[in-house]
Amino acid sequence: MMSLFLLVLGLALVTYLPRLVPLLWLKELALPAYMKRFLSFIPYAVLASLIFPGVLSSTTTTTSALFGGVVATMLALLRVNLVVVVIGAVFGVYAFQTLF
Amino acid sequence: MATSVQSTSPSSQQSTFRAGLRAGIPVAIGYIPIAIAFGLLAKSFDLPNVITLSMSFFIFAGASQFITVQLLMTGSMYWEIILTTFILNSRHFLMSASLSQRIDTTSRKLLAAIAFGVTDETFSIASTRKEARSGLFVLGLNTIAFLAWNIGTWIGVFLAFGLPGTLQASMGIALYAMFIGLLVPSLTNRPVFVVASFAIVMQAVLHWMITPFFPISDGIRIIIATVVAAGIGAFLFKEGEVS
Repeated sequence: MMSLFLLVLGLALVTYLPRLVPLLWLKELALPAYMKRFLSFIPYAVLASLIFPGVLSSTTTTTSALFGGVVATMLALLRVNLVVVVIGAVFGVYAFQTLF
Repeated sequence: MATSVQSTSPSSQQSTFRAGLRAGIPVAIGYIPIAIAFGLLAKSFDLPNVITLSMSFFIFAGASQFITVQLLMTGSMYWEIILTTFILNSRHFLMSASLSQRIDTTSRKLLAAIAFGVTDETFSIASTRKEARSGLFVLGLNTIAFLAWNIGTWIGVFLAFGLPGTLQASMGIALYAMFIGLLVPSLTNRPVFVVASFAIVMQAVLHWMITPFFPISDGIRIIIATVVAAGIGAFLFKEGEVS
């Protein structure tokens, strides 16, 4: 039990450090322009990498996941609120799985 | 732009924090069912409740918590679990690096608090919302995500009920829908479109052409695809920084 708790603390440490170090120390450095451009592209590169191919295995079947992805994309194109995109996709998948 | 936290009035600080809480609602919706599932999984493996709850409280990293429980049950060594977690979560290094350039806040205490809540999901919101230059906004966002994650874990552990099977399966799309909702509106910006396309191509190559022969973990694949795509973007587009 104690050793399990120490494991949790160890995991907490190796999870926190990569989150903390850049936020504390990169802030003060004057980064070259290409580095700044690189970092400004990170969010979009991360988003795309997170979406694909993970989305395909996010529900029980690839087809329902794909359907949910398409619903989310269409709602996003309509620029509706993010909560609506999320709930719409969930119900889209739910409907798809109930109907097919 | 030199508005430090100290110089703004308490009421506007509060409203910035609250705006962050509101912006985090989609994250919370996505987190609760996953956290419930995590609590249930840990429970089904007879992991002590206090360990399950402290994992969500101290670690606060979804995928690696699931993997940790699974590795514990298959009798992995502790150092293997720690190494796996480190590799899986080192992608947050890139996210924090990117955030460090965005956030105006200079208070080291506030930055250290924000760092704890950097996840794929909170980062995605923080880096696509204009208000997120304020540290308090990001703190609010991270706080609601953290609360949702922990409340969900408690529900899974103590109430031991999940959503009905079909709804639970449908909830799996929630966070991906959020990522799509955050990315798609930005695709009208050509550099963003090009960078996102390169990331997807990289992921496809890594996932279907490399991983079958040379196993690469999800965390490493995300890091490689992100670094290559953002690197290409920085190389191709010299001017007109995306915001």
